Amino acid sequence: MSSIVNIQGMNKYFGDHHVLKDIDLTVDAGEVVVIIGASGSGKSTLIRCVNGLEEYQQGALEVDGQALAVNGGHQQALNIIRQEVGMVFQQFNLFPHLTVLENITLAPMKVKGIAAQQAQETAHRLLERVGIGNQAQKYPTQLSGGQQQRVAIARSLAMEPRLMLFDEPTSALDPEMIGEVLDVMRELASEGMTMMVVTHEMGFAREVAHRVVYVHEGCIVEEGKPEDVFDRPQNERTQAFLSRVLKH
Amino acid sequence: MQGSGFTFDWQAAVDSLPYLIHGLPWTLLISFGGLVVGFLIGVLAGLMSLARTPLLRWPATAYIEIFRGTPILVQVLFIFYGLPDLLGGPINAITAGIAAIALNSGAYISEVVRGGVKSIDKGQREAGVSLGLSRLQTFRYIIWPQALRRMIPPLGNQAIVSIKDTSLFSVIGVGELVRQGQLYIATTFTAFEVYFMVAVLYLAITIPLSIILRWYERRGQVSAR
Repeated sequence: MSSIVNIQGMNKYFGDHHVLKDIDLTVDAGEVVVIIGASGSGKSTLIRCVNGLEEYQQGALEVDGQALAVNGGHQQALNIIRQEVGMVFQQFNLFPHLTVLENITLAPMKVKGIAAQQAQETAHRLLERVGIGNQAQKYPTQLSGGQQQRVAIARSLAMEPRLMLFDEPTSALDPEMIGEVLDVMRELASEGMTMMVVTHEMGFAREVAHRVVYVHEGCIVEEGKPEDVFDRPQNERTQAFLSRVLKH
Repeated sequence: MQGSGFTFDWQAAVDSLPYLIHGLPWTLLISFGGLVVGFLIGVLAGLMSLARTPLLRWPATAYIEIFRGTPILVQVLFIFYGLPDLLGGPINAITAGIAAIALNSGAYISEVVRGGVKSIDKGQREAGVSLGLSRLQTFRYIIWPQALRRMIPPLGNQAIVSIKDTSLFSVIGVGELVRQGQLYIATTFTAFEVYFMVAVLYLAITIPLSIILRWYERRGQVSAR
């Protein structure tokens, strides 16, 4: 299998704060990697580096064969990467002035130059796929949080990404809506989408992940198959973290 | 205080109307022309003030400080009486009035533009660029339309301010509402009634504008955000 994401010796600083420390991580095509860790551990920053929303200062990062330079250099590679990497945010970040349909068709039409009608057909098909086929003409604020997040997933899928990044996609949702979003992600994973998921949903991680990565204070301290990480954590940091989050 | 024996002469007020009304087109022309140009200046200066490079930011800041920090009366006197020395020829009073409104409102509008753009959540930009849109596309299709909606109420406010500011241009002889009133009073000596009617005519422009703005704000609260 070829790797889609290849991170080597990556370091990132926010001023004096050393956020990511010597990160080595590869993600293969079709692989689902779930990144867990406490708040502030750097796990969100890590996946935000993958599509250049955050710059890094040392090391190397390659996404789908494109090298993303340190300090945000090489704008051209960044543009290519962003077209091939989808991202789903904690706060959905739908465009409130556009309808659900327009949210989904905007990028395919403006970035790829796809004709309006074809973009709309794709959008309708994607909305069906995420289970909200009848909401196309509504505005985001007219939808529930769970529905909004599913639109956000459809919006990313419309660009036919090679890799999907999920940055705590269910953290802003009411508990009763978490399931519907995880279902969509589960289905995506089963269809072979390459995914990097930052989440606190340990049940999802255990069930869907091919690999779990535990991040502590900017370092990857443990990674492995979910059953190994969850049932037989080797690092004492991981053990402490898991005993805290799995108790509930 | 002793009663002055003054009574409001309704007939005099009504009689002044056909005369005053001649000032209305000038008031409207200067306001409208000035605000349209002022909006363009304001968008340009506002976006420049948001630029990363100081080379763009600095001139915008200087412009805003100068035209916000000096009275519009001084600005129009400078343009009308001062600039001809430099240009070597007189400037039409209407043109001077439009230029003054444009430059003055432009300074305030650029702050409105800057605030409007900055008020848009950074997640919107991140979502745009994450979808592969360029920075310019993200601005054009995502940030700007949302910012513009938020700018409407303060822009309307600025329109009302600028409409009232045109009254100052009576000093350079523009035949707008106040100037017409002054000329009329010079022959009839009915200052109370005439200035009352001048005020009524300003309200006839500004109150409808206020009503539209209130309606827009109420509507905005109901729909998105």
